[in-house]
Amino acid sequence: MILSDHLLTLITLLPTLGALILLAIPGHSPAAIQLSRTVSLAVTLVTAGLSLWLWAQFDATNPGFQFVENYAWIGESIGWRMGVDGISILFIPLTAVLMPAVIIASVNSVHSRVKEYLVVFLVLETFMLGAFATLDLAVFYVFFEGTLIPMFLIIGIWGGARRIQATYKFFFYSFTGTVLMLIAIMAMFWQAGTLDIQKLLQFRFAPEVQTWLWIGFFASFAVKMPMWPFHRWLPEAHVEAPTGGSVILAAILLKLGGYGFIRFSLAMFPLASAQFSTFMFVLSVAAIVLTSLIALVQTDMKKLIAYSSVAHMGFVTMGIFSGTVQGVHGAIFQMISHGIVSAALFFTVGVVYDRLHTREISAYGGLVERMPRYAFAFMVFTMANVGLPGTSGFVGEFLTMFGVFQVNTWVAFFAAFGVIFSAAYGLWLYRRVVFGALTKESLKGILDLDRREALVLMPMVVLTILFGFYPAPILDATAASVNVVAQTFATAIGAAPAVVGSAQ
Amino acid sequence: MSSSDVLSFSALAPAYPELLLAGGAVLVLLIALFVKGLGHRAVAALAILLLVGALGVLLLVPADGVLFNGVFVVDAFARFMKVLVLGGAAASLLIALPAAHEHGIDKFEYSVLVLLSTLGMVVMVSANDLMSLYVGLELQSLALYVIAAMKRDDPRATEAGLKYFVLGALSSGMLLYGASLVYGFTGTTQLDQIVKAVVLDTRSIGLVFGMVFLLAGIAFKISAVPFHMWTPDVYEGAPTPVTAFLAAAPKVAAMALMIRVTTVSFGSITRDWQQIIIFLSIASMVLAAFAAIGQQNLKRLLAYSSIGHVGFALVGLSSGTTLGVEGVAIYMAIYVAMTVGIFAAVIGLRTTDGKPVETIDGLSGLGQQRPFTAAIIGVLMFSLIGLPPLAGFFAKWQVFLAAVEQNLFVLAVIGVLASAVSAFYYLRIIKVMYFDEPVAEFRAVPGELVAVMGVVGFFVVSYFATLGGPLAAAAKTAAESLF
Repeated sequence: MILSDHLLTLITLLPTLGALILLAIPGHSPAAIQLSRTVSLAVTLVTAGLSLWLWAQFDATNPGFQFVENYAWIGESIGWRMGVDGISILFIPLTAVLMPAVIIASVNSVHSRVKEYLVVFLVLETFMLGAFATLDLAVFYVFFEGTLIPMFLIIGIWGGARRIQATYKFFFYSFTGTVLMLIAIMAMFWQAGTLDIQKLLQFRFAPEVQTWLWIGFFASFAVKMPMWPFHRWLPEAHVEAPTGGSVILAAILLKLGGYGFIRFSLAMFPLASAQFSTFMFVLSVAAIVLTSLIALVQTDMKKLIAYSSVAHMGFVTMGIFSGTVQGVHGAIFQMISHGIVSAALFFTVGVVYDRLHTREISAYGGLVERMPRYAFAFMVFTMANVGLPGTSGFVGEFLTMFGVFQVNTWVAFFAAFGVIFSAAYGLWLYRRVVFGALTKESLKGILDLDRREALVLMPMVVLTILFGFYPAPILDATAASVNVVAQTFATAIGAAPAVVGSAQ
Repeated sequence: MSSSDVLSFSALAPAYPELLLAGGAVLVLLIALFVKGLGHRAVAALAILLLVGALGVLLLVPADGVLFNGVFVVDAFARFMKVLVLGGAAASLLIALPAAHEHGIDKFEYSVLVLLSTLGMVVMVSANDLMSLYVGLELQSLALYVIAAMKRDDPRATEAGLKYFVLGALSSGMLLYGASLVYGFTGTTQLDQIVKAVVLDTRSIGLVFGMVFLLAGIAFKISAVPFHMWTPDVYEGAPTPVTAFLAAAPKVAAMALMIRVTTVSFGSITRDWQQIIIFLSIASMVLAAFAAIGQQNLKRLLAYSSIGHVGFALVGLSSGTTLGVEGVAIYMAIYVAMTVGIFAAVIGLRTTDGKPVETIDGLSGLGQQRPFTAAIIGVLMFSLIGLPPLAGFFAKWQVFLAAVEQNLFVLAVIGVLASAVSAFYYLRIIKVMYFDEPVAEFRAVPGELVAVMGVVGFFVVSYFATLGGPLAAAAKTAAESLF
């Protein structure tokens, strides 16, 4: 059947098709804008439906790639290859399901150049889905780097007062890191003779080659993730981006870095990953502890959440480079959970920002009196961000620490401080914004969540709690592939001394 | 080669496009002189028709071979590059039409000179002898000197023409000197014979001297650093349609010459010229990336941009392999398209009081007022940076792939970092168009230019899906015909 044979291609390209339809809608009249919103919502909903269908069809017991498509494309090197395994499958529904929420939320927050906003977001969706779904390294690069164009425009056009500096910083950090990865990709092509990720995963790169390739990929993913000390662009980008931009940035784009670390750095360069694991642990722990402390002193809500994202991504890198089953498993879970929770937190900030047009924590206080439903949703997401058992945030943090504990106890010990600090900044933020007496004049007339906002936030509340109590849907889908990755990693390091020994 | 190869007209088949252009240019000149009341637009239309005709002959009746006692060669590579030259020339004549009057090029001589210059370029591309090389080069240069200064009463244009002439003459002198040394040390002027006289271990230092002068002369024409000094001044001073022509067509021809001389004549001493090309490449990429940051004038910025792109194209040639040449061929094709598109926009943009937009800040708020033009410029800027999935990325992909194959990692890393720096000034144009508030009103862009921009925009955006495959295949055939 054509549909199921080309499901990934269809899911990837559908949003761009929607963007083309939007471009064909003439004018900027209210009716045209309304039509654009409807069309883009419909397109993203269909994409989301297809992605859920993909997840349902996915065979969790098969560790290999599924829904594979493979066609020759440009020249002899680049091919249109698609396929998902347990590592990548979940990111596709995560991306596709968040997009309708972004489109719905934009009704309240975006009022200028609406059609362009929607077009750019739809194109961005194609790039993100493509990056997760492709099995060709060059095409991965195309999609991965392609996200810079829409994101640069989103921050630059619809962002806040200091948007230009923020978007430049975002662009240059990402671009500089990524072009170094490009050289590594080309070197891999000449080493292995192919850009097919399936074949590259089987290929064993020589140890010294691995080191250089690993550094090339690290330059790109460490910025994307972002890891301390390459995170400087993130708080600014988050603060200046419009709500939808922040949501996508935190929920999906950061995950491209984590996905890349697992798919390429860990799986293709195991020796180099083992060699650099201490380095990665140090950076991860530094991210967890330092950025948590930085988050504590922030006065801007978005900036606080941005720093907490860096800290949470520290758990992800720590888990990945432990190389253990639990570590990698937890890293993926943490990414999915953070994708939901951070997106939800940025939406909640967006809700009050649309009303008061400030993100200063001190401008709020006592919101619970006027906004009980909002306070409830905010509480669930704060708890999940803190990592309270019973929310999705707990499972990932626990698994990554469990994983790294087997490898290095001290890393787990220091990472635990991050959990404590996150409780401190998370709960303190919540207290300052939601609790206390409602004394400020500007807040007296503030309204609770309207229907549209509730429609966006409540499903996320459900998912956060559901995955906290019943993480099986996520863990099951990833288990088989994670086992393979961790096993290959273990064999590779186990075999390495033997290789060195035989060379002597 | 015996002289019997020109006995019949059909034996001349490989040179049909050149013959058509030569005869046609003279005919157009006569028609323009003797037919009364024929406007410059009609002459330009005839010239475009002639260029398209030559293009058609080239594509529809392709014929390879060596003619005229071996001084003229047509192979797949020559045909590929000629398509670019003819296409670029035709497109730049077309985009010159709507603004011919105010740029002082509304004279029939303009079109005729463009035809003659283009003839020189196609001869360059097919040159298989140091003499035919020089004749072609001078024909294109002399015609260009005149059209650069065609707006006689504009001091900037005449200054540009003079600068171009003086420095161009200097470079021709260097090229001739190099050619004479090469002839002296090898005993032949024929490019494919020179290689037989050059052996890596016994090559004389005099021959290397000759090669260096030869390459320096050509480097002037492609404006590679450190032979780029004329470019910003001439680009800025010359009337914009002339600048468009300068940026699109002659560079391709000179690049073709560079490739043919290095790979065919000096194919046996790759190591010697490789380091020169690597130096030219790195110097061009780095200097252009940093020098362009401070520019305010749009045309000056594009001049530095073109210097940078020559540097990137040379990355491919540095590898000295078929794949590298293939990369340069693809790069030049995409470069020509992007250049034509961006100049169509620059020519077409003017404020409501009729002033052309010359500075970057003058583009403020274009995104809101002229969404189509701004979108095309924006797409071209992202493509010039080399961001996927636009055409500019695939151009860079191929040349860097070739460099990495030869383990030229330092060159590759410097190259990609230079492209990161160059992103700064390309993004500034997008920033001004989309993030800043409008300061002036813009007039509607003439229809011809909108059409050209639309075609280029479509090409750049859809390259990966439409032309990418066929173009790569054609470039591969072209590159293989040289080795």
